[in-house]
Amino acid sequence: MKIHDTPPPRPPRWAQRLLSWYCKPSLLEDLQGDLNEYFERNLKNKGARRARLIYVIDVLKFLRPYTIRKPEFLTLLIHFMMIGSYFKTSRRSLVRNKLFSFINVFGLAVSMSVGLLVIAFISDLFSYDDFHEKKNRIYRVITSHQPAGQREMNFASTSVKAGKSIKESVPGVDDLTILRSGFSGDAAVGSKTLPVEGLWTDPSFLRVFSFPLIQGDPASALREPYSLIVTQKTAQKLFGSADPLGEIVRFDTLNYTVTGVMEDIPKLSHLQFEALVSFQTLELQQARDPNFTSWENIWQNYVYIALPEKSTPEMISSSLDKINKHENAALQQKQISISLQPLKQVVTSGGLSNSIGPTVNASLLWILAGLAFVIILSACFNYTNLSIARSLRRTREVGIRKVIGALKGHVLGQFITESVIISMLALAFSFTLFLVLRKQFLSLDPHLARLASFDISPAMIGYFIGLSVITGIVAGFFPALFFSRVNAIQVIRDSSSLKVFRHLSMRKALIVTQYTISLIFITTTLIGYKQYRGMLTFDLGYTTRNIVNMKLHGNKPDLLKKELAEIPEVAGISKSMMVTSLGSAHGAQVKYEDARDSAMVWQNLVDENYLPLHKHRLLAGKNFALRPKKGEDSEVIVNEELLKRFDIAKRDPEKALGKNIIVDGRKLTIVGVLKDFHYGTLENRIEPVMLRYSADEPWGYLNISINSKDPVATMAGIENAWRKIDKVHPLDAKFYDDQIEEAYSQFSVMIKVIGFITFLAICIASMGLFGMVVFTTETRLKEISIRKVLGASETGLVYLLSKGFLLLLTISALIALPVTYLFFDKIVLQNFPYHQPIGVQVLFSGLLVVMLIAFFLIGSQTLKASRRNPAKVLKSE
Amino acid sequence: MKGTNLGEFEELVLLTIAALVDEAYSVAICDELEKHTGRSAKLGVVHAVLNRLEEKGLAKSKLGDATSARGGKRKRYYEVTHSGKVALTRSKEVRESIWRIIPGFNLEGSI
Repeated sequence: MKIHDTPPPRPPRWAQRLLSWYCKPSLLEDLQGDLNEYFERNLKNKGARRARLIYVIDVLKFLRPYTIRKPEFLTLLIHFMMIGSYFKTSRRSLVRNKLFSFINVFGLAVSMSVGLLVIAFISDLFSYDDFHEKKNRIYRVITSHQPAGQREMNFASTSVKAGKSIKESVPGVDDLTILRSGFSGDAAVGSKTLPVEGLWTDPSFLRVFSFPLIQGDPASALREPYSLIVTQKTAQKLFGSADPLGEIVRFDTLNYTVTGVMEDIPKLSHLQFEALVSFQTLELQQARDPNFTSWENIWQNYVYIALPEKSTPEMISSSLDKINKHENAALQQKQISISLQPLKQVVTSGGLSNSIGPTVNASLLWILAGLAFVIILSACFNYTNLSIARSLRRTREVGIRKVIGALKGHVLGQFITESVIISMLALAFSFTLFLVLRKQFLSLDPHLARLASFDISPAMIGYFIGLSVITGIVAGFFPALFFSRVNAIQVIRDSSSLKVFRHLSMRKALIVTQYTISLIFITTTLIGYKQYRGMLTFDLGYTTRNIVNMKLHGNKPDLLKKELAEIPEVAGISKSMMVTSLGSAHGAQVKYEDARDSAMVWQNLVDENYLPLHKHRLLAGKNFALRPKKGEDSEVIVNEELLKRFDIAKRDPEKALGKNIIVDGRKLTIVGVLKDFHYGTLENRIEPVMLRYSADEPWGYLNISINSKDPVATMAGIENAWRKIDKVHPLDAKFYDDQIEEAYSQFSVMIKVIGFITFLAICIASMGLFGMVVFTTETRLKEISIRKVLGASETGLVYLLSKGFLLLLTISALIALPVTYLFFDKIVLQNFPYHQPIGVQVLFSGLLVVMLIAFFLIGSQTLKASRRNPAKVLKSE
Repeated sequence: MKGTNLGEFEELVLLTIAALVDEAYSVAICDELEKHTGRSAKLGVVHAVLNRLEEKGLAKSKLGDATSARGGKRKRYYEVTHSGKVALTRSKEVRESIWRIIPGFNLEGSI
């Protein structure tokens, strides 16, 4: 009869616990009894499963105001009165154990400073555009561009037509403004010339956004064509102290009238400009271009709308869908759809192309917050570990407190208070650290310096204190729980019965976690660094060594070329529209024999010197022979990928020569085939590319090959040559290799950030380990002395003391290395088609560094302990 | 001080306490109510009402002796207080006085 052996079913334990946790003691017993009675009844009628379920539901249903235990006023009062005593004992225990206190405070301070940085960064990003009065009801119109059979792309920009259609046909929009980026030119006032960049926009811009004018009438300032609003800073530069209102500014051949002066734009605004030009100007200039108001022209225009208060974007999204449907009916082979994006998400939603102003991927924020979290947690582990390990001394204090009348809750409160006090102390240090670090952080990358200000606001201080309190609670929770469970009588009667090495497995797990994190960090840094170096030295398919790329700023290349040619170190000069391998791209539509098959092909316009200067490798054919005038080019040099894409001459370079391709409607003959090279960055695969010799677009750059032993002097010579030709713009010339380094600067920033965090993680873990080793050896000093007296050797003792720790380190290495390797091999590096192999030595060099530090810490302490004179130790019993 | 007016359900519960005499504890009250009204009386509702009656001073309670039933938990027995009895009587009187002024009340007639 087995059935009788099994105990009768009981209500779920957790529900019982929940009930006794929340219920008033006066009601508890009767209620428990009632529920038990019903449970037994249900057991008979409905079976064990239903009975348990009903029990749980009932427990939850009884959670009502009249059953809930009120926080006892007395307990709170006692806590309040005892805070003075808590402070006193905390201070004493801090002073008594200077080493442990140092480890705790230092670790928490260092790790929290990272947390402060992340908080400051995130709070900066979220306070972008906060100064606009209508910030919560401004939306940006964004565009999704979906060519048939290709990847969908999302743009922050949209078409002028989208703006106009919404203005005309969508009800329930308070205001709408269209702006267009890309106004730039040299502003001439009298004899002064200054480059100015700005936006074209309409009068409602000043109503939608809160950019106050100091001078001028906001209603009319942008109404007339050729009106110009300048920011205060720009006005100062152009006119000095003179009154700018009504003055004429000359751009090229056109005169603009200053109709307003605007307060300088706050740093945390995603719209940054030096001047605003009336949209009328643009409409006048583009009046004859039908493309200007085309639905497909979505590249440069931005539309912002302000909705009335208490209205949601959903209310007008159906109207937008109607517009999309109407417009897309006329499109072939693609869909262009508009939708709304709240202003407050503009900065934190990366992933939109053609963004105006800075953007940050939300995932980056999560990664940063995650790193800060891990590092703070590691410091919390130290606190937890060391507090529990040193519990012997404090347990007596707790015992006395309990005998005098402290409840569990009081002891819990005391130790949480203590850890919060310590973490507040750490906050003071970490705030100082933060003040130093923020400058370092901002100077990591010019992009970062533009993005964030790290100015301290009262709200931020609040967040900082919040972080510190939470850190204190997390760090102190386990020790507090441990102390609150101490049995007073046992402790006071015989303290040796208390097991010092209790909770050992938890402490071991914490150490293993810390070291696993440290190892993951250090290998990540090393792998990342190797990949980064690999990117910089990658063979792009042409040479970039000793080439200086000089931006022309609209100057005549031939004049400059003549000046530069006089410098003896200049070995050759070529012209190009753009610089490849830096991430920018220019495309054109290309067709081959099949008229329906067209594809976007990246291109660069170059002159006859470009290929030899960059040592591009021609597989077949030769360099450009003709020197065409504007609109007359007929030759093209393509790469292997292009042959592959259109299957030209069965991909045979020799046979492809003489074939014609159609580029933007013009027939071009292939005169050469290049070996594949990297037109984009190494994050992308090599795609079809062509080089053209064309006068259609102005040259953008001069590529100057230099043969010099003293690059600084040569650059000075180049600067002189530039000064002779252009007196307005500063020289913008950089070594190609430096430009490539800049193109990958995001990786270098990432590696620096992770490297720094790695350093902290290792420091914190090492300090924690050190504390534990010191503690263990001190408690086992007598054991060691006795062993020594009995004849144990020093090496034997060192081995005995350190083998436990070494085992822990080995376990963390066994977890960390495979995890990191797989993460990079299977996930991260899959996104980089041209990455370097990870390499065993990279994996193990990180391990080696961490292990050496750990060995040193363990070895020095255990050796010290094993060399103590046993007679002295044993004498002082 | 909360009002001493009796709600309909409160009155029923209070009456049941009085009817059960020495056996008036929560589960028994529920069962008795179910038996008489034919509606299911949920423990949660009855428990809240008992608590309220006690707060109003219409009922008082004490814990009984522990038995092996109910997982060893004691029962809380309820008893109608003096003011509870007054409230019940008054409410009965109010009803009766109104009943009396209804002329020729006939149940069959209204159907």
